[in-house]
Amino acid sequence: MIVRIEVNNKIIKARKGETIMSALRSAGIMIPSICSMKDFTPTGACRMCVVEVEGRQGLVPSCSQPVSEWMKIKTHSPRVVKSRKTIVELLLSNHPDDCLYCERNGNCELQTLAEELNVRERRIMGKKNKYKLDHSSPSIVRDPAKCILCGRCVRVCEERLSVFAIDFVNRGNRTIIGTAFNKDLNFSSCINCGQCIMVCPTGALFEKDSLPEIEDALNNPEKTVVVQYAPSVGVTLAEEFGIKPGKDIGGLVIAALRKIGFDRIFDTSFAADIAVVEMAHELLSLKGKKDRMPLISGSCPAWVKFAEQWYPDLLPAVSSCKSPQQMLGAILKSGYPGISGTDAGSIFSVAVAPCTAKKFEAQREEMTKKGLSDIDAVLTTRELAKLIKLYGIDMSQIEPEVADEPYGMRSSAGKLFGASGGMAEAIIRSLPYAAGAKEPSRIKYQELRGGRGRKEAEIRIGKTTYRFAVAGGMSNAVNLIEDIRAGNCEYDFVEIMACAGGCVNGGGQPIGADDNAIRARMKALHGIDEKETIRVAHKNPRISELYDNFLGSPLSGKCKSLLHTSYSERKVLL
Amino acid sequence: MDDQTSVILSRYPRGHRDCLIPILQDIQEEYGYLSESSVIEVARYLGLPSSKIFGLATFYNQFRFEPRGRFHIRLCHGTSCHVTAASEIIKELGKKLRIGPGEISRDGMFSLELVACMGACHLAPLMQVNDNYHTRLDPAGIRDIIDSYIEGEE
Amino acid sequence: MSLNTHIPVDKEYLVNNVLLNESADLPADVEKLLKLVRREKVKYPVIFVGTGSCGLISGAGETLIEINKYLSDRDLRADVVETGCTGYCSMEPVIEVQLPGKTRVSFKNVTSEKLPFVLDGMFNSMVPVEHVLGQYKSPSLELWKDVPFIGELSFFSMQYRNLMKNWGRINPLSIEEYIATGGYRSYIKTIRNYTHEEVCDIVEKSGLQGRGGGGFLTGKKWKVAHTVMADQRYLLCNADESDPGGFANRAMIESDPHRLLEGVIIAAYAIGTSKAYIYIRNDYRNAIERLEKAVDRARDYGLLGHDVYGSGFNIDVIIRKGPGAFVCGEETAMISSIEGKRGMPRPKPPYPAVSGLFGKPTVVNNVETLSNIPAIFENGPDWFMSLGNETSPGTKMLVLSGKVNNQGIIEVPMGTSVKDLIFGAGGGIPGKKSFRAVQIGGPSGGFITADNIDIPYDFDSLASEGVYMGSGVMVVLDQDCCIIDTVKYFMDFIQKESCGKCIPCREGTRRMLEVYENITKRPVDENGHTTLERFKGVMQLESLASVIKDTSLCGLGQKAPNPVISSLKYFRSEYEEHIFDRKCSAGVCKELRLFYIDVEKCTGCTACAPKCPESAIIGTKHHPFFIVEEKCTGCGICYDVCKFSAILVK
Ligand SMILES: Cc1cc2nc3c(=O)[nH]c(=O)nc-3n(C[C@H](O)[C@H](O)[C@H](O)COP(=O)(O)O)c2cc1C
Ligand code: SF4
Ligand code: SF4
Ligand code: SF4
Ligand code: SF4
Ligand code: SF4
Ligand code: SF4
Ligand code: SF4
Ligand code: SF4
Ligand code: FES
Ligand code: FES
Ligand code: FES
Repeated sequence: MIVRIEVNNKIIKARKGETIMSALRSAGIMIPSICSMKDFTPTGACRMCVVEVEGRQGLVPSCSQPVSEWMKIKTHSPRVVKSRKTIVELLLSNHPDDCLYCERNGNCELQTLAEELNVRERRIMGKKNKYKLDHSSPSIVRDPAKCILCGRCVRVCEERLSVFAIDFVNRGNRTIIGTAFNKDLNFSSCINCGQCIMVCPTGALFEKDSLPEIEDALNNPEKTVVVQYAPSVGVTLAEEFGIKPGKDIGGLVIAALRKIGFDRIFDTSFAADIAVVEMAHELLSLKGKKDRMPLISGSCPAWVKFAEQWYPDLLPAVSSCKSPQQMLGAILKSGYPGISGTDAGSIFSVAVAPCTAKKFEAQREEMTKKGLSDIDAVLTTRELAKLIKLYGIDMSQIEPEVADEPYGMRSSAGKLFGASGGMAEAIIRSLPYAAGAKEPSRIKYQELRGGRGRKEAEIRIGKTTYRFAVAGGMSNAVNLIEDIRAGNCEYDFVEIMACAGGCVNGGGQPIGADDNAIRARMKALHGIDEKETIRVAHKNPRISELYDNFLGSPLSGKCKSLLHTSYSERKVLL
Repeated sequence: MDDQTSVILSRYPRGHRDCLIPILQDIQEEYGYLSESSVIEVARYLGLPSSKIFGLATFYNQFRFEPRGRFHIRLCHGTSCHVTAASEIIKELGKKLRIGPGEISRDGMFSLELVACMGACHLAPLMQVNDNYHTRLDPAGIRDIIDSYIEGEE
Repeated sequence: MSLNTHIPVDKEYLVNNVLLNESADLPADVEKLLKLVRREKVKYPVIFVGTGSCGLISGAGETLIEINKYLSDRDLRADVVETGCTGYCSMEPVIEVQLPGKTRVSFKNVTSEKLPFVLDGMFNSMVPVEHVLGQYKSPSLELWKDVPFIGELSFFSMQYRNLMKNWGRINPLSIEEYIATGGYRSYIKTIRNYTHEEVCDIVEKSGLQGRGGGGFLTGKKWKVAHTVMADQRYLLCNADESDPGGFANRAMIESDPHRLLEGVIIAAYAIGTSKAYIYIRNDYRNAIERLEKAVDRARDYGLLGHDVYGSGFNIDVIIRKGPGAFVCGEETAMISSIEGKRGMPRPKPPYPAVSGLFGKPTVVNNVETLSNIPAIFENGPDWFMSLGNETSPGTKMLVLSGKVNNQGIIEVPMGTSVKDLIFGAGGGIPGKKSFRAVQIGGPSGGFITADNIDIPYDFDSLASEGVYMGSGVMVVLDQDCCIIDTVKYFMDFIQKESCGKCIPCREGTRRMLEVYENITKRPVDENGHTTLERFKGVMQLESLASVIKDTSLCGLGQKAPNPVISSLKYFRSEYEEHIFDRKCSAGVCKELRLFYIDVEKCTGCTACAPKCPESAIIGTKHHPFFIVEEKCTGCGICYDVCKFSAILVK
């Protein structure tokens, strides 16, 4: 139903029941907001979005007030503008004047608001709360002094991730965002997904900085610095350089990494191809075993930690395959020294990932062999952009290049890992080959694509049907697991990615992406797949070479010792 | 599992979040404060993350995470007590006990809590030490009152 | 607390002959029995002790022990009955004595030491006049000579005690006594004869407005909730009462809990719910205990439970203890709190009457609002309408405190002038001091000064002066009180109690507090707060106040600037004095005092210098000392130390 409202003396139409803010948006009027988030019920906390409604005593928050017929609204009256400005000034009065040193300088909602509202004077002054930085987590740094208590992180962690690692603690102006008993984040149930960073409007949350150690390694002549980059990085990095979402600049990423001075540049998608082969065989070997849970993917380290904490009984069902990043890392420190003539100890192995949890994964004990970590440092997409800027590389001037051999060639199946459902699609493509077939029954599995939280597909091989399910976003995953446990559904393979939409929406990706941006990123990956000639992991010739020359057959002893691992229950404060 | 905590929990249905506050109140009644282990137990019983319980408990004045002093002082800082100079009393107590509101003295003897109005404004300013009331306080007399408790314990 | 011993009737009897008897007049034999229950006639001496919190803090507990000791030492037969209170706080501990055939006499300030003296007198039929408060009127009993009537004391004379009619008179734990005063009959009559809508109508017709502060028409609110389709609804009684200085709700519960309970049950019936919660501040131990017992008794009497007396009405009352947060008095915060969450308000709409507790239609009503209900059904809506004035019908309970002679709780018809309240019921300002202002409504209220003290106490009149009635707290301030300091106190309270959810309230109230801290602080460091900055701060107050009012999410923030706005309006000169002259003429803002040593008077005795915490006093023995102004914080210690009155205040 349509209602008419009067906005700044002009009549506009709105849908009955929609909020003032949404009606104004459609009418091209932007209302500043801090606490509201798409698809979340409004909390009305920040009061930035207030407007004047005739007949109402105070100002009205447009994010939570529904429109009603003939409502008369003023969106930018002096009273409104003064209020918004004062609110920003109040925030600033309790905010460190740190923009120049801040992670979010230039990309901060508070900064933008101050700019847009023309705050040009430190009018309101007073005591500021002092807090210590929390550096404890391998993935995430918290700087409570910059927190404006919008609550977005709390809600994401709770409603999207079902993790509940953080909540509001204390009351009034002593409120902070904290973990249970105010412990450091790494003692909490945080799964390091970084989704809280993605929604934080300020520099209160950011990833643990790995640039210094990488610079050190790059500057150290004793070190061979190898780098791999994850499937999704190529389709998101461009956004850090002002290009709109959905542009694939994979070739430029390689060129830039080379210019920065990395000695070898490999593609994590290559390792994703290995992971596909290993998982396909794992799946075949398990089929038919009675009373078991489906095989559940273990490539997403955030999900693995989640399982270790809440579903230790499910751990046996989690694939023993390491994530592609760790697989390649393991090969780089075992097989690679032999063929390249470098000493494993002198290799500094870097991974560029879309993900903060990968920083955590890289330093897990399970990911170390003989004192050498599979991976030495993980950079997020955002950090890579910083590194590129630091090294003065002009992305608009360089030409695409290709990754180094022997781990640079990939099928597009491996590339699909970057989007939710991609891993399942890659495995489903490979399954017939693993079972001995020569040709796939089908390549494209549209039903596994897209942003939906839960997706399904199946494939018949001979007389056996294999059912696949995909959950993107941890809370969708929890629902799926509970459904399986309740016996409501039966699957053979379940792909779980902690981030909704998968790694294209990872916690290390460029900040500020909306649903459209995520879709564009996915589409870019699928576009690459469309154009590719090798679209099945099993058909990647380098993979066969690797098995023939080094690994032996899938699930061989060597594979088990290098590419597989196992997890056990983790005790944290839940 | 702590016996008393489980007895308390057994009085409430499992998994009902709206029982959280009454449960915490009972636990605090029993132990004088909320220990980490009891919070974890409640979390399990109600199926709530401990972060939520901690977040809730730190919101309300009543809950504390440390034991009280053997003498718990509740000093009224309501309006009437304020206009009759309760803040001087707070200062004096601070000097004498070296603690501020919400703190406990190093020897665990005294803890201090400020409360809104105790509802005896005609006797303002006043404070309660365990079950005893001290009314119409004046800053000069505070030390003697505290001393009487210290002597009483010796 | 002990139960009454000598109640001559039992449950069956009361239920069948009183509660279920719907005729206006009860049969004479029943009436006669009820009279005994009401102690209109007593066989043995009865001693009543007010053991409300206020009395207990004043020493009523010790008095009670002393009474029992007194009686057993002398082997005297008398009933000892604990009551709530009369509301006359300054007179606590209050005891009353009723001897057979004689009227009941009330005594003031009966601490345990004074008790024997009072009882000695009474048992010898000699009223100890110096302790007497007054005697109650009774047509059938013999009056005491030369004892004033209690109703004629200034504290009581202008009161109209409807809500408080049982206070201090009956044993609050005795459901029998409550029933004997007419209690629970309205309830039974209501559920048997009226539909939900009719009940809402009657209350709407009475014009009863919410007493929790908002003043919304109660009947109307009920109707909304009742009209929303839902499988469950909830009634919440708001007994969180956390206004500093407010305790009328608590005293209501301690003195006559069944009246509240009856109101709660009728309201629950009106909105069509079977579940009511009473959310009561956890600090109110005594009130909680009495309320719990009242609920048990009502359950025992079949007034709570399943299918009450065959009416088909089911009702359960649950008591929830509020763990201490002023903001939980706000209805949506209270709902969150009951749900087991942080008590943070949420935006309205949706209004609780549509989607409240557990997402169901919910009505939140104040203790006083609900306690009014039984009498509305007993006497009819027109009776209620006839009390008070046109804009605000009914009576209102008020708490008089601060610099006023009679401190306590009073109940007056709405519209009584503020002046009459303070100088009539309140008995004026103690110690020949002059009246400066009265602060009404606590941290969300404002000031009334000598200039407008004649205004009637009702919703609209107060609002027109920018004063919010709030919970009915009145703190009287005399010449020794500093307005700036009082507002600072409220700001401090508010910023501590702000839930922290929304920015204007969370950050704004502390900034306002800081302005007050600055202007009441000595400008130790000239850079820190120069006159200009102090002045700028105050200019900023007005603009901050209007934004906080305009944008805050809930009533706490929206009303937080009220004391600021109101004081700026009436007491500008006091601000100016603090800012420009750096002076607090009331002497409350200690740090503003400037001390100096009179060279003529100082003997150089050296006594002061070592006592100064700031080492601000220097000099040589036998020569005049002097104070280093920059170092002195104005604590005044030296002033007290100097035996030669050589230290003076500028
Ligand atoms: C900060 C704040 C504190 C409040 N405290 C109380 C309170 O202690 N008691 C109360 O009855 N109402 C209080 N209220 C008002 C309630 O929100 C609500 O309006 C009231 O309980 C409704 O009952 P009524 O209609 O009977 O007045 C408070 C409101 C605010 C904003
Ligand atoms: S969070 Fe934003 S406003 Fe704050 S210091 Fe960083 S960039 Fe500046
Ligand atoms: S923007 Fe202004 S404050 Fe920031 S660096 Fe430039 S000149 Fe300095
Ligand atoms: S990283 Fe993920 S799990 Fe950890 S606090 Fe942030 S949102 Fe929660
Ligand atoms: S950490 Fe960031 S997202 Fe979380 S409340 Fe603070 S400002 Fe908001
Ligand atoms: S979905 Fe991808 S980006 Fe997100 S946590 Fe998992 S691995 Fe990291
Ligand atoms: S106005 Fe104050 S108390 Fe109310 S929601 Fe906002 S911060 Fe909380
Ligand atoms: S008033 Fe206090 S600080 Fe100032 S000189 Fe005297 S003792 Fe020292
Ligand atoms: S105590 Fe008085 S007389 Fe003695 S030195 Fe001080 S000011 Fe002088
Ligand atoms: S966006 Fe509306 S209150 Fe924050
Ligand atoms: S203000 Fe202290 S008892 Fe009321
Ligand atoms: S006499 Fe009852 S509250 Fe003071």
